[in-house]
Amino acid sequence: MDETLAEFFRRTILKIPMTEMMTILKTWNFLSENQLQTVNFRQRKESIVQDLVLLLINIEYHATLRLNDAAHLDIIYTQFHRHQKIWDVFQMSKRPGDNIDLFDMEEFKSSFKKILQRALKNVTVSFRDAEENSVWIRIAWGTQYKKPNQYKPAYVVYYSQTPYAFTSSSQLKSNLPLLGQALTVASKHHQIVKMDLRSRYLDSLKAIVFKQYNQSFETHNSTTSLQERSFGLDINMDSRIIHENKVEKERVQRVTQEIFGDYPQPRLEFAQYKLETKFKSDLNRGILAEREEPLRCLVKFSSPHLLEALKSLAPAGIADAPLSPLLTCIPNKGRNYFKIRDK
Amino acid sequence: MSVLRPLDRLPGLNTATILLVGTEDALLQQLADSMLKEDCTSELKVHLARSLPLPCSVNRPRIDLIVFVVNLHSKHSLQSVEESLCHLDAAFFLGKVAFLATGAGRDSHCSIHRNTVVKLAHTYRSPLLFCDLEIEDFRAAMAQRLVRLLQICAGHVPGVSALNLLSLLRGSENPSLEDL
Repeated sequence: MDETLAEFFRRTILKIPMTEMMTILKTWNFLSENQLQTVNFRQRKESIVQDLVLLLINIEYHATLRLNDAAHLDIIYTQFHRHQKIWDVFQMSKRPGDNIDLFDMEEFKSSFKKILQRALKNVTVSFRDAEENSVWIRIAWGTQYKKPNQYKPAYVVYYSQTPYAFTSSSQLKSNLPLLGQALTVASKHHQIVKMDLRSRYLDSLKAIVFKQYNQSFETHNSTTSLQERSFGLDINMDSRIIHENKVEKERVQRVTQEIFGDYPQPRLEFAQYKLETKFKSDLNRGILAEREEPLRCLVKFSSPHLLEALKSLAPAGIADAPLSPLLTCIPNKGRNYFKIRDK
Repeated sequence: MSVLRPLDRLPGLNTATILLVGTEDALLQQLADSMLKEDCTSELKVHLARSLPLPCSVNRPRIDLIVFVVNLHSKHSLQSVEESLCHLDAAFFLGKVAFLATGAGRDSHCSIHRNTVVKLAHTYRSPLLFCDLEIEDFRAAMAQRLVRLLQICAGHVPGVSALNLLSLLRGSENPSLEDL
């Protein structure tokens, strides 16, 4: 086996945490049960990895082990660890009046691969089908003269019945236009546009973009749980504690529920606002207020779970309800990067 | 009607009522729980409010002590307290008002300077207490203190009145502040 291929296998398997090792190897489905049983999984991790790589080298005599299999393993690892990458969202559009073609997955894959290979001689493209008619594409970039770098691949998750694709932000930004072009042409669209939406949580991005987050089903259970919730509150409250502003508290709860709903919010880590506005001040006109040019400033909100944090601001008393529409429009508008200018 | 007066109700029998005013409900609730855990000969009642003026209520007992809770991490809480102070009758400031500043422990999160609350308390001639309400032990100690304060303000401690206490507390303050 090629030295570099063996090394690539070794490094990919080494990345996998021990708790997930068996699950990932079984999902990969390249090594059979019998072959896996020959490896002693009770050793230290380095020894296990060594044994696995030796096993793969021995297998090569019976079947050709290709780079594609290693790439598959890499895709599976990334699918299990999708939170380690930051995902951008792209939206494609057809020309108005274009025929709606039937989508063929195999045609898309071969077209996509051909476009990339025609442009860059050295590029490794691998595919893995996933749920909901989506495909995970792994691309290792090379140039006309260099072999592809297998350790810095880009990932694209394309949902075939939709105009949306999610890409992991790759370090090699120069290949992004080519990637966009390949996606657009292969999926028979006309244009591709990058949305101002970015997050680590692919599932949340999916929920926002496909508007799946606000499905709260009205069932008998949900109404009883609401009663239990308020009942529980009463039990905890001592009768000697009296809330003066009960009416106001209920108003805040109601407004928050109207804006954010009862359902769990999709998970984002930050929202960024680029302000280019003139300085406004109620106080005496100072130096800043006399500036003609707009002030440039960047406001970034970060949180382990931004939307839940925003939802709890008003009930906690840290902000007034209703919150600024700039904050509450994030899932509706599907963006967390904003540019604000004076009208 | 929108101004809270200290002596417009008759006192209840052996009852002492404290009003905690602050924007952060969770902190007030925790402080109230800690206060009610204390052993006390008087019957305690705790009222929680986000701001003044309070909504009209005929059933409200006489309020013996008002504590304004300011979170040093939030300018919003200070602003709300400053706006609430306008709705208090001047007679309250004869020992029945105290300020409590929380969050001084985490200096990096503080957006209000210590001196701002010190000046505020000095302007209104009322005692200022510092306590990190998020830490249970500190909160329990402060609850104990507030219960004692409340008992004195309600007149349940013979020989000491709210006004007495105020001059006692003020004596121990930094003398240079008195010149301001």
